[in-house]
Amino acid sequence: MLSVDEAQVARWRGLRDEISRAAAAEKVSLLAAEATRHRADNLRTIDAAQQGHIGGDMSITDVLTTLYYAVLDIDPGDPDADGRDRLVLSKGHCAAALYTVLSSCGYFSPSELPTFMAPLSPLNGHPNRLKVPGVEANTGPLGHGLPIATGIAKAAKLRGASNRVFVLLGDGELQEGSNWEAFMAASHFKLDNLVAVVDRNRLQQGARTEDTNSLDPLPERLSAFGWEVREIDGHDFTQLLAAFTPSTSGRPVAVVAHTIKGKGISFMEDDVAWHHKVPSPEQVEAALKELV
Amino acid sequence: MSTATPTKAPVYDNREAFADELCALAREDERIVVVCNDSVGSSKLGGFREEFGPRLVNVGIAEQNMVGVGAGLANGGLVPFVSSAAPFLTGRSLEQVKADIAYSQYPVILCGQSTGMAYGELGPTHHSVEDLSWLRALPGLDIVVPADRAETRQAVRLAAARPGPTYIRVGRFKVPDVTPEGHVLERGRWSILREGADVALVATGTMVHGALVAAETLAASGIEATVVNAAYIAPLDLDLLDELAGRVEAIVSVEEATLSGGLGAAVASRIAQRPTTRPAVRLLGVHDEFAPTGSNEFLLDYFGLTPEKIVEASTEALRHA
Repeated sequence: MLSVDEAQVARWRGLRDEISRAAAAEKVSLLAAEATRHRADNLRTIDAAQQGHIGGDMSITDVLTTLYYAVLDIDPGDPDADGRDRLVLSKGHCAAALYTVLSSCGYFSPSELPTFMAPLSPLNGHPNRLKVPGVEANTGPLGHGLPIATGIAKAAKLRGASNRVFVLLGDGELQEGSNWEAFMAASHFKLDNLVAVVDRNRLQQGARTEDTNSLDPLPERLSAFGWEVREIDGHDFTQLLAAFTPSTSGRPVAVVAHTIKGKGISFMEDDVAWHHKVPSPEQVEAALKELV
Repeated sequence: MSTATPTKAPVYDNREAFADELCALAREDERIVVVCNDSVGSSKLGGFREEFGPRLVNVGIAEQNMVGVGAGLANGGLVPFVSSAAPFLTGRSLEQVKADIAYSQYPVILCGQSTGMAYGELGPTHHSVEDLSWLRALPGLDIVVPADRAETRQAVRLAAARPGPTYIRVGRFKVPDVTPEGHVLERGRWSILREGADVALVATGTMVHGALVAAETLAASGIEATVVNAAYIAPLDLDLLDELAGRVEAIVSVEEATLSGGLGAAVASRIAQRPTTRPAVRLLGVHDEFAPTGSNEFLLDYFGLTPEKIVEASTEALRHA
């Protein structure tokens, strides 16, 4: 198990306070700067490992940054605090994006990132809650995160607790039937403390989602399953912040975040080839020029 | 209702003991919740629902979600008993059991009901004979198979007190009490119900009483059998197994489960590590075949799981020991 990095936690606390106090426009620019930093660190992590899922990492970086720096009620200095908000990364193959953000918050030292996927590293290719503070569930196989998040949200209801539960799903992942079992149950249980964020980048490993097993009309489908649906640009921080305000409908909230796979690195954007391709040294250099 | 073995002893429903103890525990500990899949009746959970209302989380006919929800409830600080007919709990949700429960080490108690070939005539889709093999392959998951109502009650308590996950295998048919008054079930420990120097019958769950009956028949023909109640399939009681292997001529395992990876396979693989070829080992269980149509009683006979067949296997094993 990795341990908390207090200096990094202090940095996170400072930045989070600054973001919470800032006026709207400044909030957005602070989050954007932080997300860009995360993209560069994520890229370096994958370059060090020579493995990873960089396309999907880039598409969820803005969502994760917004959640960890402006939404989640958490204390990285006390990762298991009883009343904490939870984030379950259902698209577990994008572990590097989660590790980058968690380490920036001080759940563990960013100096660990270069060990990503190295032999015996706690930073597995898919997240492990027993090895990495801040990870809530061991994910990897798709279609697992939403049922787990549904259980966490149900536990909060049974205990009269006020914490919220977020689950980050890939759009291709919604082809797994277990998600739809959970969509049904969560709305039946009226889990208005549950937020499912769908990373709608429209690409899965092999091809476009709509050419594989189509998900559209996704908002209508989610709505038909009893969820309050919020459709946003997943790279627009103003829209992200608005999408994560608590439910007022008494229903669970599905945020369909339209994103771009490979976002922020021009030659990777919306290209299916970058699902888990590793950039060459020249490509890393070119990408860092765009990000730093 | 048929029983696993003909007997004059009074018989009891382990599902009722399970449900009673669960209610008793839930009265003492408000973290106890139950997750089920429209299985309130078959899991005997009507009383729990009546008494604890919302603490019974029924997800409907959706086993993958059921197990994932169990993991989430544990994350949220509760102690969930996930109860369902065993073939669907273990088979349909196997990946959830692996990733969400065993690999994540959430303290969830998976309760497989009506195990073995309890649903005889409903066919192999409804039999749970693969569960021991499937689950024994998962590190960190305890597997306990109580033999009678006292053990069932204790298994509920032991599992709830454990920081990691447990699978409890509960049969559907009434069985006699087999453990002595004051018997204490311990994690990873088997118990000896009868001592004998010639052969050890290592039986689990529904098969324990049949092994005791077989031991009496063997004694009548001058063969002394030790009868072992193998309540824990994981962790195995390797100390007792090694000790038995050192002092009997033959070991016969008996389980209402497939031979591909269950108790017998575990016993045989341990014995195979010994430097000598003794003792002789025979495995009784469901061999490599989907069961034909028939009642539980018929199928136990078909697969050689009756006291008579245990006697035959023991005698034959001793002949070659």
